[in-house]
Amino acid sequence: MIQREAEKIFETRELNVNMGPQHPATHGVLRLVLDMDGETIVNVTPYVGYLHRGIEKLGENLSYFQALPLTDRMDYVSAMSNNIGYCVAVEKLFGIEAPERAKYIRTIVGEMSRIANHLLWLATHALDIGAMTVFLYCFREREWILDLFEMICGARLTVTYPRVGGVRNDVPQAFLDSLWKFTDEFPSRIREYETLIDQNRIWLQRTVGIGVISAEEAVNWGMTGPTLRGSGVAYDIRKHMPYDAYDQVEFDVPIGTEGDTYDRYRCRMLEMRQSNSIIRQCIEKLPAGPVMADDPKFVLPPKDKMMPVTHPTDMAYFIIEKACKGCGMCLRACPAKAITGEKKKPHKIDQSLCLQCSTCFTTCKFKSLTVVPGGKGMSDDKLAELAVSPDKLPDDIKEAQQALTRQFDFIKKGPKVPEGDVYVATEVPKGELGFYFVSDGTGKPYRMRVRAPSFIHAGCLPRLCKGHLVADVIAAIGTIDIVLGECDR
Amino acid sequence: MLIETSATGLVEVEKGVKVLPPNLIVTTLDKVINWGRLSSIWPTTFGLACCAIEMMAVGASHYDFDRFGIIFRGSPRQADCVIVAGTVTKKMVPVVRRVYDQIPEPRYVVAMGSCACTGGVFKTYSTVQGCDSFLPVDVFVPGCPPRPETLLEGMMMLQEKIRKERARWSPWR
Amino acid sequence: MAVTEVRLTLQPLGLAPNDIAEKIKEKFPTQVLEVVDFRDQVSVIVKKEQIVAILKFLHDDPLLSLDHLQDLTAVDYMKKKEIRFEVVYNLYSTRHRHRIRIRAQVPENDPKIDSAVVIWAGADWHERECYDMFGITFAGHPDLRRILMPEDWEGFPLRKDYPLKGPEFDKDWTGFTDVVKRSKELKEFEWEG
Repeated sequence: MIQREAEKIFETRELNVNMGPQHPATHGVLRLVLDMDGETIVNVTPYVGYLHRGIEKLGENLSYFQALPLTDRMDYVSAMSNNIGYCVAVEKLFGIEAPERAKYIRTIVGEMSRIANHLLWLATHALDIGAMTVFLYCFREREWILDLFEMICGARLTVTYPRVGGVRNDVPQAFLDSLWKFTDEFPSRIREYETLIDQNRIWLQRTVGIGVISAEEAVNWGMTGPTLRGSGVAYDIRKHMPYDAYDQVEFDVPIGTEGDTYDRYRCRMLEMRQSNSIIRQCIEKLPAGPVMADDPKFVLPPKDKMMPVTHPTDMAYFIIEKACKGCGMCLRACPAKAITGEKKKPHKIDQSLCLQCSTCFTTCKFKSLTVVPGGKGMSDDKLAELAVSPDKLPDDIKEAQQALTRQFDFIKKGPKVPEGDVYVATEVPKGELGFYFVSDGTGKPYRMRVRAPSFIHAGCLPRLCKGHLVADVIAAIGTIDIVLGECDR
Repeated sequence: MLIETSATGLVEVEKGVKVLPPNLIVTTLDKVINWGRLSSIWPTTFGLACCAIEMMAVGASHYDFDRFGIIFRGSPRQADCVIVAGTVTKKMVPVVRRVYDQIPEPRYVVAMGSCACTGGVFKTYSTVQGCDSFLPVDVFVPGCPPRPETLLEGMMMLQEKIRKERARWSPWR
Repeated sequence: MAVTEVRLTLQPLGLAPNDIAEKIKEKFPTQVLEVVDFRDQVSVIVKKEQIVAILKFLHDDPLLSLDHLQDLTAVDYMKKKEIRFEVVYNLYSTRHRHRIRIRAQVPENDPKIDSAVVIWAGADWHERECYDMFGITFAGHPDLRRILMPEDWEGFPLRKDYPLKGPEFDKDWTGFTDVVKRSKELKEFEWEG
């Protein structure tokens, strides 16, 4: 009877607490609603979508080359890996391959990006759990890597350096020397972080046994990357489906046993060491050669081949009145709407609107459209005096015009891609980044789907946090290593 | 501030600030309060997207924010300003406005990055084309993402703006 | 607590994708509509009626053992194909190292398909996203509501007839327009100094 009386006095209710989108420890705009019984979590409901920017829809409206900078902004902590994932997928769709040197360079920057990502992960994870010094130490190394990125491509964070068909430009020797020095010193820095937290009592208490998940369950929930490998599943895309130069280098893959936060932490620390070794091997084996594929149907040729040095930029395009039949083809083709004229009457080009793209030059079948070298800015009468029939123009100018039109078409309409669909996955630092492209024959993807690892891992939070305390939710968010830009796209 | 000088009487060291050596400073209340406020701007942590990483990098030891007196506070109730760093989506707008409303006056808004200034690369159905449609922005810091030095310059411009304020603290404004 | 570094020696590559497609055709002859091979990746286009049975067969069969659901998404083929939507399942086997893609056709007048949550718990959020972006409902899903857009958003953004720039300001989401209107009213109290 006393117990029944006691139950009447103590009425308990579940407590709902909102860990809102603005929170120092949620790694971005993640909202969690925690249903708690006292301090123990009964259920966690994640709400995402606060950073949904419509990248997939935007990709359908931009050409393959224009959609590349969007991928930088998804997983903004390791931008190079996203770019590499996109480029490998688009190259598979196009059916082209990057040259050897470009593959090695992409492997190098991909691994540098992996180190940068793991450093930031460690910084924020440790900061949330309470170890603030690690944050400043990790950022010191990350600044070094970002300086190296700036050396090759000019940007620190949103780099867009790997391109479809290779990389944007060759790496200078100073970069390779500096990177070699970095790889010499980096293992000792990792040792520094490990001495701070590896055997620390507080760290062990807060990470061992937290967020345990077994191997089958982890695969069933769709986890990938170090989050999965901490549970003992040997799934690394760099080994299973190698791309770039990963089949030419030797490296180990850290696999955990317990499937808790501590094992995932150790996996990532060992991965940093392995990345270091991969970079060293790639620098030693780096072959000479071009850095961009040489397929004119899918890849822009370099600028100095496009415009011969003798091609002056002050060309004026002029319609010879006598030869013009007034068919209107050039009028329809002109992208700047600079040509005016009525049917069957000679047409005229407005020089102030003319873009000098030479589309009209290649469209005209009646040999009435010609170029006047050095004629930019001259009046129409002067141009009429100087104009010669297009047949009589020198050969190099004719070739340059053809090349210019081809380049203009290529950029405006995009390459002619065969119809079909591909799914290509790459191993980014957070897991498996998959790109699923559906092509309908035009230069823009019909459907660009990004399979983001952070999206799947954020969905696993309810499973990982059940039965733990509130403070362990923070550790769980840190261990799955999500970044909301990728999660929400 | 002890000044060793042979001068007697008030010495004007800068416009509006007079010093009576060795250690008496005569100035206006505006200047003192503004100097106090601009030297310790405390932003609330509001990193949304990629610009948040650059903001964290500014807070780290390489480009130190702390030497400007800028410390990140977790709660908007204890903060001075909000640095909107990253893309603002429509789903996030009520949250941003609520955080801004919770900051006690005097408060400032710094829009960091192209996305916060004008929507950036993302002209889509879910992105707000600039956070100035619902927030009064003081400083726009463009860039995608802006370099840490750019953000520091943005904060210095904010400091200049605060230095020029007049009678914001008085009850008769 | 031991994390070891393993020099992975992987099994040789499993079945060729076309063989997997053959097995599916053997087991479900009425359901398979087409087999497409592009760039060495095979897609099997199926009807939506027995999709869970097909996926379960692929998951449980010991020779196939496609245990990793890489991706679950949808494509809108408005006006390009008879049947408007296709739900695409990309599957991979971590044990045998082979893969296949299943595409289930979902018509516009009845955008419903059975949920794969019974097989893979990770399909949960993928399906919510498909519902949010395309309007395809998944029967048997425990909690089908919007995930990326606000819960009371109108329209399905990734459909081809939805504008990229979204609705006009007047018809926009009330959560956003209310805040903008309120901030205009509060503007007179802001310091202008």
